[in-house]
Amino acid sequence: MTKALLFKDIDEPGLTTLEVYKRRGGYESLRKALAMTPEQVLVELEASGLRGRGGAGFAMGKKVSFLPKGAIDKYLVCNADESEPGTFKDRELMQKSPHTLIEGIIIASYAAGANRSFIYIRGEYSRQADILDVALSEAREAGLVGEDILGSGHSLSLIVHRGAGAYICGEETGLLDSLEGKRGNPRLKPPFPANQGLYQGPTLINNVETLATVPTIIGMGGAEYAKLGTETSKGTKLVSISGHVQRPGNYEIELGIPAREIIYGLAGGPPEGRQVKCWFPGGSSSPVLLADDLDLPYDFDSMAKAGSMLGSGAIIVVDDSTPIIDVALKVARFYRHESCGKCTPCREGTNWTVKLLERIDRGDATPMDIEIIASECENIIGNCLCVLGDAMAMPIGSMIVKFREEFEAHLEATRARSDLGAIHA
Amino acid sequence: MSDRVHQQIHARAREESLLNARVCVRTPKTNAIPPEVPPELREEIERHMALYPDTRSAALPALAAAQRLHGWCSPEAIEQVATVMGLTPAYLAAVASFYDMLETESIGRHDVYVCTNISCSLRGADRLYEAVRDAAGDDPDFNVRPFECLGACDIAPMASVDGVYVGPLTPDDVPRLLDDIRTGRPVLADKQLATRLVADPNANSQAFPAHPIEESAP
Ligand SMILES: Cc1cc2nc3c(=O)[nH]c(=O)nc-3n(C[C@H](O)[C@H](O)[C@H](O)COP(=O)(O)O)c2cc1C
Ligand code: SF4
Ligand code: FES
Repeated sequence: MTKALLFKDIDEPGLTTLEVYKRRGGYESLRKALAMTPEQVLVELEASGLRGRGGAGFAMGKKVSFLPKGAIDKYLVCNADESEPGTFKDRELMQKSPHTLIEGIIIASYAAGANRSFIYIRGEYSRQADILDVALSEAREAGLVGEDILGSGHSLSLIVHRGAGAYICGEETGLLDSLEGKRGNPRLKPPFPANQGLYQGPTLINNVETLATVPTIIGMGGAEYAKLGTETSKGTKLVSISGHVQRPGNYEIELGIPAREIIYGLAGGPPEGRQVKCWFPGGSSSPVLLADDLDLPYDFDSMAKAGSMLGSGAIIVVDDSTPIIDVALKVARFYRHESCGKCTPCREGTNWTVKLLERIDRGDATPMDIEIIASECENIIGNCLCVLGDAMAMPIGSMIVKFREEFEAHLEATRARSDLGAIHA
Repeated sequence: MSDRVHQQIHARAREESLLNARVCVRTPKTNAIPPEVPPELREEIERHMALYPDTRSAALPALAAAQRLHGWCSPEAIEQVATVMGLTPAYLAAVASFYDMLETESIGRHDVYVCTNISCSLRGADRLYEAVRDAAGDDPDFNVRPFECLGACDIAPMASVDGVYVGPLTPDDVPRLLDDIRTGRPVLADKQLATRLVADPNANSQAFPAHPIEESAP
């Protein structure tokens, strides 16, 4: 049920070292790419149909092609902020196979004509950052990173840049500001990073998994890679699955297999005697789906058609032992904490949603409050600078719609309890 | 200049002035004499500055280095970074206040971040956090904090101890966890993420707590 391309040798002892990585065929794709022209590499990337693995699912090859051509300073930034709750796939890749990412970055930089690159890694991943630093110095010494790589004329500097704890720095423009040494506030788009990104220069930003897939694509050829997956979701995907399943972890699957196969087949489903109540298909920002949706194919378009999204590929399963209000509160509090505060709908909306949910939980809400939360969520969506506001509004909105009766019953129950308390006091 | 470009520039300027107005943080209150900067700190900051086309990019690594030396981003630490980087202390204090891992108040030497986000909560993290907090008490050596998803939900519920990830944890693990930190042993050596195999998902199987999410007292 799994299909291992990225995870092919993942548990191989010593895979973090250049020696073992090379023995397993590492850096062969780089040699192959450097023997091609950058345009040819780009053709392969486009042919592969690879879509971004960081959340938005934008076609990677197309993004590369947006960068202006010519001899100007261009940058490549790898987004290793991985802070979407439920997501832990990039951690696994960087920790176990850092050279896969480094090789992918070199090839992508060649295709994009970028000579400076950065890995922006969340500060909490200090171990993974150390591993990357060691791998990088090995790669430098071997002439794989630096001036005139393997005699190709292509030069690339690569720096591991550690963040300091802020979810919003995963948003690509917040990340750029943070990398420039500022508070990580998102920027107004357009201009898009491809035109005006890091230090105002054209910048390609991709997720760790996206870049780490590049060597595979060059190795097997774009057309061959595109045979995997579905019509619009090509290839394999790392899925992080957590919450109420018996075997949480990272699994590499071919896109388009039924979600049930991942949740039950691979992860073992909820513990004995419990049922799936709802699941987040793509991190805590994705609208929840129900048990009825388990037979949907797990791919970008099927998830979108079902009103949710594949996002970062992080499935969080919630079983029937958990009140929905608890889930809603957890999720809403997170986004309130992480809102950078720049836009009113997001700053106030996340705060008010938490307050109203707390009221429902405490027993001093009225049925109208459920209505207010729903309309608040509607008013956030599409009205902010970045999509962090939406990232709270979408899942909370979906919970209100799908579990309205439970919210109402909870509200009545807590209210009755607190009335009783007032009478006895 | 086209209207659209004009609008963008204005919007950007407006954003920045709003941002500046909103950023109100304590400015270190030291006098005008540039502080002595410990040579190793100066060297580390300068090394970072040399890596980037714009030296300002070194702000986070520089603040992190100063925090390692001083224990937190104290006014003195910020003054020192400011001196080396040629930035104002107020600017750096504003940056520091944005990030969860940069401490703007004095804290214990050992960071114990207990993840209380969704996947960990579903497996009893709130109770775990309370157990750690209560067991650490007011021991000034510990900086115990509930934390957002640390990217290790596969070992939920989990914690990061000075950057070392451990899990799955139960409240029963807490005394040994704190004891390992106190005595300088590797923390919960048998529960460290580093040793887990990807292809062995059974590594995480465990019984579930009866009432997974429990609200922790604020
Ligand atoms: C609030 C927010 C947080 C994000 N966090 C991440 C993240 O942690 N990692 C990531 O790769 N992309 C994240 N993204 C998506 C990035 O903005 C961007 O789309 C992505 O890095 C592009 O890479 P890809 O095309 O390879 O997916 C986030 C977006 C938003 C709005
Ligand atoms: S939507 Fe929220 S996080 Fe994004 S820029 Fe606006 S206030 Fe900041
Ligand atoms: S929710 Fe705790 S590590 Fe992700």
